[in-house]
Amino acid sequence: MIRLAVVGLGKMGLSHYAIIATHPLVKIQAICDSTGYVLDVLKKYTGVATYSDFDAMLREVDLDAVIIATPSSMHAGMVRAALQKNLHVFCEKPFCLDTEEGRELADLANSKALVNQVGYHNRFVGAFGEVKRLLDLGAIGKVTHILAEAYGPVVLKTKGTTWRTQRHTGGGCLYDYGAHPLDLVNWYFGSPHGVGGSVLNSVFSKDTDDEVFTTLYYEDGKSAQLSVNWSDESVRKMTTKINIWGTQGRIYADRQECRTYLRDTAQFPPNYHQGWNVRYTTELTEPVWFYLRGEEYSAQLDYFVRCIAENRAADNVNSFKSAVVTDNIMSLIIADATTRASRPGEVIPEVPSKKRGFFFPSRKTAQ
Amino acid sequence: MDRLLFGDNQFFGVNHMSEDKARDQSIRFQEIQSIIDVLDDAYDEGIRSFMCTTHDRMTLICDHMRAHPDRYGDFSFMPSMPYAHKYANAVTEEGMLGALKRFLPAEGFLNAAMRGGMSFAKKDIEGITTLLIDSEMKMFSGLNTPVIFLQNVVVDLLLGLGFKEAFRIFSVHVKTRYNAEPGFITMNLPALLDALEEVGLTNPIVCSNINKIGFRMCGGFDAYERALRERKFRAIAMSVFASGAIPAREAIAWVCGQPNIEAIVFGASSKSNIRNTRSLVDELWYNNSHSQALLS
Repeated sequence: MIRLAVVGLGKMGLSHYAIIATHPLVKIQAICDSTGYVLDVLKKYTGVATYSDFDAMLREVDLDAVIIATPSSMHAGMVRAALQKNLHVFCEKPFCLDTEEGRELADLANSKALVNQVGYHNRFVGAFGEVKRLLDLGAIGKVTHILAEAYGPVVLKTKGTTWRTQRHTGGGCLYDYGAHPLDLVNWYFGSPHGVGGSVLNSVFSKDTDDEVFTTLYYEDGKSAQLSVNWSDESVRKMTTKINIWGTQGRIYADRQECRTYLRDTAQFPPNYHQGWNVRYTTELTEPVWFYLRGEEYSAQLDYFVRCIAENRAADNVNSFKSAVVTDNIMSLIIADATTRASRPGEVIPEVPSKKRGFFFPSRKTAQ
Repeated sequence: MDRLLFGDNQFFGVNHMSEDKARDQSIRFQEIQSIIDVLDDAYDEGIRSFMCTTHDRMTLICDHMRAHPDRYGDFSFMPSMPYAHKYANAVTEEGMLGALKRFLPAEGFLNAAMRGGMSFAKKDIEGITTLLIDSEMKMFSGLNTPVIFLQNVVVDLLLGLGFKEAFRIFSVHVKTRYNAEPGFITMNLPALLDALEEVGLTNPIVCSNINKIGFRMCGGFDAYERALRERKFRAIAMSVFASGAIPAREAIAWVCGQPNIEAIVFGASSKSNIRNTRSLVDELWYNNSHSQALLS
């Protein structure tokens, strides 16, 4: 059994905890959060061991792995401490607000041959995986452009008091929403050589961005555009969309389906033909052992567990190293937007502050 | 329970196959009258039970039903709560406790104040839970709600956390306060049946995906078949068409062939689709009742 702890019990942490706790190869040893209230309720009703001090937990509990789902500005310190204890680490996205620190941690994890993974769950969505497969096969020929979008109804009025509404703690539309389509672009095409025309605009938020637009430039003339808005009430929940144009066709994908148009001159993958080819989630999705909000959330944790069980630290699809590339693109976007002249309605973002502390605010251990 | 329950995904832009289709549906159903028209079609086809999310817009449907008791005399709502996205978005905006406070009743009537205040202080989930249930049930006041469901994201979250006591709390409150049967929606039927049994909920109403291709039947197709054969529970099958991946006749024939299924919940946007599903169920259900009779 893999002995595991979950750190940070917000929306993602609770969801990860509920999923991983049911995994047949995993035993939950402890959970850790700064909010005593949530800990106390869970301890009272489920009997799980609880900690409000991360460092104490690392000292006292025998662990093989941790899931870190704390606010983004706390990731780096916690990840470092866990790696130094030789633990395999699954960390929520975005990985590190400071790209340099992210690189160091990726190197540290690799030098210790520890499994390291970041929670970019879209790489486990069947339809987005199909896009990757088609691109690797060269199905649409030479790619010229990608449009990556995400919209959702998160901030719909001037209000907000959590870390997600402050950029310096890793909140805001770019880090929270934009990271997902950007990470898909990174998965499909790697690191761009330049970023331009970046707009980080506030619609309702006082302290951070609510919409993000940018252009990424690649070596071979290929470009990508990002359009993200989390103040869009017209969609029911977060919707991520990818469009890719190539010399031999076009691919459209969202969480539900992958539609591919192939020209008659294209190299057809098996079961693909000239014209539109539609693949639905029902045929692209592998079953999971436990379902909470989507197969991808379970699939990514199962993958993490299997990488540990099978000693596969080196080839993780969502490695720290890959996440650092996504983090770096976000830093470039912030820098690009910051250098532009102030325009009406535009928030000039602060550069994320470097936070090294990784202890939760001191509080008696609620064991 | 009626054999055929009418679902509401189509009215609120939920479509597991296509986001374009989901948007088309939310445009089509943005006027409440267009939802009512479809409910009328379903009613006229003999469908009396509406399994509906506690979406804000449901309030308008409830108002309509209350205003026309003669037309909808034996119409039943089977509320499914909570509508999870409103909570999830609120958590992003205000944090976990902020969101919880937002949805608790604002007016300070004594009962709520006592249950809420005391519960918060004592970390007693029972009081908070019952308050949230009451606030979700407010829109159905005066209407017939024979079954009240806990929605799958919440059921499966609690199941994963091992917070089984919450199922019992929900069950007791629904029975005592609303004189209704508790129901549970899940994507993890075999695991949930174990959990419900552990907290002493016998013969529970459980709604889960049950379809020929095993779509979102977590725990595995075989475990579902075994549960249907061997476990004592009142099964409601949803997603029987697997979002359109299985042709209607084939889908209904397969579901009707499974033992122990008490009802099917389905969504449709047109009179012809409603009629088609109803007549397929009328035609094919016999096999099921026949095999049930043989089993018992």
